[in-house]
Amino acid sequence: MRETKGIMIVGVGGQGTLLASRILGNVLIGQGYDVKMSEVHGMSQRGGSVVTYVKYGDKVYSPLVDLGEADYILAFERLEAARWISYLKDGGKLILNDRRISPMPVITGAMEYPSDVVEKISSKGVNIIASDALSMAIEAGSAKSVNVVMIGILSALADFDEDVWQKALEECVKPKFLELNKKAFALGREYALKNIK
Amino acid sequence: MKTMLLGNNAVARGLYEAGCRFVSSYPGTPSTEITEAVAEYDEIYAEWAPNEKVSAEAAIGASIGGARAFCAMKHVGLNVAADPLFTVSYTGVNGGLVIAVADDQGMHSSQNEQDSRHYAIAAKVPMLEPSDSAECLEFTKLAYDLSEEYDAPVMLRTCTRVAHSQSIVELSDRVEHELKPYSKNPAKYVMMPGNAKNRHPIVEERTQKLIKFAETSSINRVEMGDTSVGYVTAGICYQYLRECFPNASILKLGMVNPLPVELIKNFASKVDKLIVVEELDPVIETHIRANGIRVDGGKDIFGYCGELTQNRILKALGMKTPEHADFGETVPPRPPTLCPGCPHRGLFYTLSKMGVTVSGDIGCYTLGSLPPLSAVDTTVCMGASISGLHGFNTVRGIENAKKSVAVIGDSTFIHSGITGLIDIVYNKGISTVLILDNSITGMTGHQQNPTTGKTLKGQPAPAVSLEKLCEAVGVKRVRICDPYALDELKAMIAEELDTEEPSVIIARRPCILLPEVKILPSLYIDHDKCKSCRQCMTIGCPAISFADKKASIDSTLCVGCELCTQMCKFEAILKKEVK
Repeated sequence: MRETKGIMIVGVGGQGTLLASRILGNVLIGQGYDVKMSEVHGMSQRGGSVVTYVKYGDKVYSPLVDLGEADYILAFERLEAARWISYLKDGGKLILNDRRISPMPVITGAMEYPSDVVEKISSKGVNIIASDALSMAIEAGSAKSVNVVMIGILSALADFDEDVWQKALEECVKPKFLELNKKAFALGREYALKNIK
Repeated sequence: MKTMLLGNNAVARGLYEAGCRFVSSYPGTPSTEITEAVAEYDEIYAEWAPNEKVSAEAAIGASIGGARAFCAMKHVGLNVAADPLFTVSYTGVNGGLVIAVADDQGMHSSQNEQDSRHYAIAAKVPMLEPSDSAECLEFTKLAYDLSEEYDAPVMLRTCTRVAHSQSIVELSDRVEHELKPYSKNPAKYVMMPGNAKNRHPIVEERTQKLIKFAETSSINRVEMGDTSVGYVTAGICYQYLRECFPNASILKLGMVNPLPVELIKNFASKVDKLIVVEELDPVIETHIRANGIRVDGGKDIFGYCGELTQNRILKALGMKTPEHADFGETVPPRPPTLCPGCPHRGLFYTLSKMGVTVSGDIGCYTLGSLPPLSAVDTTVCMGASISGLHGFNTVRGIENAKKSVAVIGDSTFIHSGITGLIDIVYNKGISTVLILDNSITGMTGHQQNPTTGKTLKGQPAPAVSLEKLCEAVGVKRVRICDPYALDELKAMIAEELDTEEPSVIIARRPCILLPEVKILPSLYIDHDKCKSCRQCMTIGCPAISFADKKASIDSTLCVGCELCTQMCKFEAILKKEVK
């Protein structure tokens, strides 16, 4: 019996977190897991905080990952990492696109963007893999491929073979953007393999 | 074949497999994707209707016409469709009729979190409640069989976590259901008092028969385990509960109206304690208590508000939840915002500057209420901007009418704004109405509507002319402007406010997210010219931020709309030179 695991993909509406979850879902099904994914559509997609929950195991019931239940959190933005870090399991890993997108209360000056987010999260004993995924995405050919860079990083940490991920990319990404996204994936994966012991 | 489907897409697949032939809906999160997915099947006629009432009536007509028919809506849409719902309960169906309603406990994208089960009870129609995508597919098909066997419309209730979760489903082939013959039958289909009096007892008998079905159907399932506690639940709560307690005894109700009695009594007799787990209102709990069965925990421990989760259930029951880290300081919220380049932004900036009272409505433009624009005074329901303003101005007088406007989107105006405008004209109001025409139904994710010139299936269609429509109901002053042109817009609003007759301004510019809208290169701020006045920050564009005493533009977010350029007195916001 494989126990149920949880992954969260968090970010800002419009960052492409939905495609990341689709690729991940495809990989997990290919491995014979029962999978459930919960997404947010509608109002929150308009630049708000968005979260996708991915659950997998031999039998999955709740589609939600709750506080202290996530094995991995893929955070597409620093503040969102801070917001959702309490969902990480003891011993879980945070994969962070170390980038700042100010939310409206910060833009208007009503609130401060927290300083030293990575250091503060690290000090809680959380294992963080931080990267400049945006630069890698731009290097791959489009800032929009940040989502696939993040998936590339995750692929280096997860237990599945690389070709499983490649196949999922081919099935989830439009042919027109496949080459670009494969490059983004490779950059993310390479970064992770180099920077993680 | 097995595949992953969103709950909504699984409902659509169920419609396909069940031989459904007719679908009419109005978009509403979290129900929208059902109808979008149905549009992919050539075998099913599918359309966007102007509102939920029309969609339900069209589906009723298709059912009477002999087809398996369907309509989908969000919970508040059901309020709009309630009128036909209550009477189609009396007429019953010819071809099977299924009405899907998606609740939004937790209000991810809604103005309230009403519990649609009350409608099924009040209208006396059966209601099924799936708990994952596989059940969405299976229950949709079952709903048609029940509808035709019991001569009743059948409601299918989902919620955000079912509608917008993906899980594995098993696909089957479509089973065609040919059009049933139609024969004129006024006693069944003409609901005037004489006929309706005869139909009501049939409805009551039907409910009794459905209760018998509920007592024995496998859709209401007992899973016996540890008998110290028995849980009664339905829908998504089943999944949370099962995750918390793999070995618990659970009575899972797949049909939430009508509810069984003997089945529950029998289950209760086998367990030491009975706990009812349901979100929102105590529908199951009240039923159980009313039948004299002891309930040891329900709303008293779980509460009425928001969603449950596995941890919320554990906490309510006084049990341990997982340890977790905590960031340890306040994290600023990230509310949704109008997108960079949104045509609504300049309009709300202008209204905010003018200090007018803004009667708001439902759509992306509800976001004009958030800081820094903070322009909107009220938002109640679809269409209420115009009718609400009429009432407001009627009691507060002409001077108030000269400093207040209604704002409503193109789709919402067609949905139920036009009747409010007729109210203003007919009753000699002088209110000013702004129609924010962005050429699409925006917030729900870009659906066509009667003003866009395209159908759900992407075919060309006649487009309602908003200006001609407003003129036709008697508005003499109908003007059109580009909401990017701030000075012009402001002058036009001021003129129309000053006029002592009804007026409509159509602020027309397509949604920036539409694929046909050209995104321009990002602007940038010349930091030598920037005087740190923060004027560009007052429009609340997510692409502009302020750090190290200078404004800057995020080139990955900016779409070059130049609204901020109009704010800057120092010409510090510049276009990138084209190489």
